[in-house]
Formats: sequence, structure tokens, C-alpha cells
Amino acid sequence: MAEPLLAVRGLRKRFGGLVATDGVDLDVAAGETLAIIGPNGAGKTTLIGQLSGDLRPDAGTITFAGADVTPLTAAARSHRGLARSFQITSIFRDFSTLDNVALAVQAHAGHSFRFWRAARAEPTLRDPARAILAQVGLEDRADVVAGTLAHGEQRQLEIAMALATRPRLLLLDEPVAGMGPDESQRMEQLLRGLRGHHTIVLVEHDMDVVFALADRISVLVYGRVLATGTPEAIRLNAEVRRAYLGEEIPA
Amino acid sequence: MTDRRRALVTLGALAALAAVPLVAGVVNQPFYLDLFRRIMIFAIAAVSLDIILGYGGMVSLGHAAYLGIGAYAVAIPALHGIHSAWVQWPLAMALSGLAALVIGAISLRTSGVYFIMITLAFAQMLYYIGISIEPWGGDDGMRLAGRSRLGGPLDLGDPHVFYYVVLALLAVLLLVGERVVAARFGTVIRAVKSNEPRLRAIGVAPFRYKLAAFVLAGAVCGLAGALLANQTEYLTPSYMHWTRSGDIIVMVILGGMGTLVGPVLGAAAFLLLENVLSAWTVHWQVILGPLLVLVVLFARGGLWSLLPGGDGRG
Repeated sequence: MAEPLLAVRGLRKRFGGLVATDGVDLDVAAGETLAIIGPNGAGKTTLIGQLSGDLRPDAGTITFAGADVTPLTAAARSHRGLARSFQITSIFRDFSTLDNVALAVQAHAGHSFRFWRAARAEPTLRDPARAILAQVGLEDRADVVAGTLAHGEQRQLEIAMALATRPRLLLLDEPVAGMGPDESQRMEQLLRGLRGHHTIVLVEHDMDVVFALADRISVLVYGRVLATGTPEAIRLNAEVRRAYLGEEIPA
Repeated sequence: MTDRRRALVTLGALAALAAVPLVAGVVNQPFYLDLFRRIMIFAIAAVSLDIILGYGGMVSLGHAAYLGIGAYAVAIPALHGIHSAWVQWPLAMALSGLAALVIGAISLRTSGVYFIMITLAFAQMLYYIGISIEPWGGDDGMRLAGRSRLGGPLDLGDPHVFYYVVLALLAVLLLVGERVVAARFGTVIRAVKSNEPRLRAIGVAPFRYKLAAFVLAGAVCGLAGALLANQTEYLTPSYMHWTRSGDIIVMVILGGMGTLVGPVLGAAAFLLLENVLSAWTVHWQVILGPLLVLVVLFARGGLWSLLPGGDGRG
């Protein structure tokens, strides 16, 4: 295998007595979609947080595109090409949908010490933002206040903001969480469109989505990687089945 | 929509302020000139606070510190025979901005209640320094050796000239402020208030933008301080007292946070109420307090949201 885009070695994070990440090793190749699954409390979101830079690991290294990014902040990692979406929807609720995405474009268009020209009148911010809204299917909702969007639309906006930073790797934390069947189908379609064009690390509880989209799956239990493999191999892995007690994994 | 409404309210407010000297002349009440000049000076301070408080969500309880620094930057040079406004006012802005840089660099590393406490502590520190410097008036303060001199026909000794100079500065501030909050810089500042973790996640390290906003707000408030010293012709450390910082916050909230023109309305309402109520009783704040509670409860967007076209919530 060529040099992986993202390489995680010996990652550890504890909160008091709780070991949330217990020596995680992961490799993500450019272009692949790696799903991380595991029971509640397995440390999936904590892992994503350390990859994105929102949480600082106690030990271990994160190498991204050949460079050690472990000491970098979330903002700095964003400029290296890491983008995340949040499990609990995190958007600028009082901004319009388009403004949300335009700000993400702005964040990667040089510094923001510009005091005179209206940001809403800058085609270099608005045009790419509109294109991305169209890509995620929110072009009709551009001028709506983001906080009033339906839950599913807010999740789409999350993805749009991540895409607007022109990432090399997308960290998606439960993009389908809390969605109804229609919404989750739309999201699955959206993710399917991203797959292959983007490198994706996907944390997800919805096993249908995981098995439909993932090239490989890592199973996280008690902060450890129990197994990594193709969906087929994971499906047949006896240890994984035991960890889940037959729950959810379609036979 | 909101932008147009705000432009109209801003123009209306400036037009009304421009008409005050005429009305005061007609009804032969020159006192109004003095009162409304004071209102505009505090409006400048409140608008500057609105940039960090209303737009950026940074609750500074030490904003009056810059008011004081601005006043000292007029009074101390005047004491030594330097009366030019072209020296005093830029000095007021520079020193206030510098103080804001130091205070901000430290306090912006915290947030929430710690931020409030640290800004308060810095302002009180400056207040006590002011009290202890006897040659500069100490606790009692001192008379201003003379008003700032702008040169030419702009004699601040003429109440009308002084009035329109303050009005012009307020108008420029509102115009520039409008541009700044809509520009990329202002967008980042508003995003800080809206969702700072999200801002980091999309690749913006907010600290330097917050600090820049803090310095801008401090410098503008320093100018208000320079004007205030000219207004009262007196220098006193009480300009920096924390209750003064509280007054400016009340003006911003009363008028409507994050609207620029709202704090102008807030300053007017606050000082007019003070003026009217204090004629009845020295305990006028007993009436102001409940009024503020009512505004916060029933019109969270402040007076701005109660104007025609507002939604009552801002």
C-alpha cells in the first residue's frame, strides 16, 4: 500500500479514570472510505475529535499527508485539508444557509482582515458557496436562516461547510444521526456522491449506510480497534459479532 | 430588509440629532444642546462596545477604562500647554487602543464569567491608579486647562460647533462600523459569537480577530473619552469606575445589541431617563432598573426592535 493519507499510531486519551482511546492505530488511504463503528461509548467521537484537533491526545501521533499534525490546532489542521462534521449539529444558526458556506470558503481564502468590502458582495466567496449548496441539494434554501432549516437540511449544511474548505479528508461524525427514513436516504445519496472523490472517515451507527458506503470498516470497542477489514470480512468476524451480540449487523 | 431598515433608522437618528440645536434655539433651551452632546458622546462609547459585545459576544465589563484613558489623553497634554485636538485625540485613540491590546491579549484567553471579571479587574486597576496620581487630580479630579483646539473656524468653545463636531464623528463611526461588520472581518466577529468551535473547525483561529476587534473598540471609546473631557471640562478617575462600564453595557442592551444604531438609541434613552428621573429623585436608578428588566424580558432586541418594522425580539 502506498503511503496512507492519514496514519494514526498509538493514540491514547483518558478522561479521569476512563480510557476513551486506548492505543488506536489506523491507516486511511487516499480515496478510500473508512467507516468506524462500535457500540455506544466505544470512543468514536473522541477519536474524531483527536483527528480534527478539537481534543488533544495524551499520547500517540497523527500523521496527515506525510506531516505530523499532532501538535496542530483544529484551525491549522483545517488548512492542511482535514474537515469535520459534528455529531451534534454545529452551524452558525443565525446566519443564512449561504452565509454559513460562504464563511467556510472565506476561511480558506486568505486572512479576514478586510474591513471595507461587504463579504456578501464578493463573488469569490458567494459563487463557490452556491456551487457547494447545489452539490448537497440545498440551493433552494440558500437565503433561509440556517437555524430554521429542518434537521436533515442542517446535517446537509454541515457537509456543505466541510466541503467548502476543499478538504483532502472528510471526518464525518454520524451524518445520518437522528434522521427520518427520507432524510437519511437523501444523506446516503449525498455521501455516495462524495465517495471516491473524497477520502472519508465515517463514524456511523446506521449499519445500512456503513455497509453500503465503506471500503473498509474498523470496529472500535472500549477505545481499541477490535478489527479492521472489508465489510464482508467484518460481517463474518466472530469477535465483532460477539461485541455487538448479533445486534444490528446484517447477516 | 434589515439592512434597509437599519439605514433608515440610522439616517433618521442622525437627522433628529442634527435638528436638536435648531429646536433648542427655538424653545430657548440651550441646555438641550449640552444634554444631547453628552448623549452622542456616550453613543460613540456604546457603539464601540457594541462591536465587541453585540457582534462578537465579548462581555467586557471594563469598557469605561478607555473612556478614562481618552480623557487623560486630553487633560494631561492640556496641563502642559498642548491643546491641539490633532495631537490629543489621536493620542487618546492610540493609548486606549494600546491598553485594549494589553487587556485583550490577556483577557481574551478566557471566556464567559472569567472574561467579564478580568476586564473588570483591569478597569478597576486603572481607576485606582487614576485616584492615586495626585498631580493629575487624584481622587478629586481636576479642571481641564482648556478645550481641545481643532484650528480654523472649528472652535469647540462654541457649543454649536462642538455639537456638530461630535455629530460628525458619530456619523462617521456609524458609517464605517456598518462597512466593517458586513466585511469579512465583521463576518468572522459575528461568527465568534454565533459558534466559535465551528469557526475553528472551518479553519479560522479567532484569537487575533477578537483581539483586533477589542483594540478597535477600545480606540473608538478612547475618542469618546477625549470628547467627554471636553464636554465636562473636567477630568476625574470616576470616568473609569466600573459602574460607568455598566452604564455603557445598559445603553447597548437597552438600545439593541448588534445593531450599531441601537446603542445610539440606548444612550439617548438612558441619559434622557437619567435626566428626567433624577429631577424627581436621587434614587432614579430604582426606576431604571425595573425598566431594564422589562426590556430584557419583553423586547430582547431592545428599543431597536420596538421601532416600526421590528419584531420585538431583534
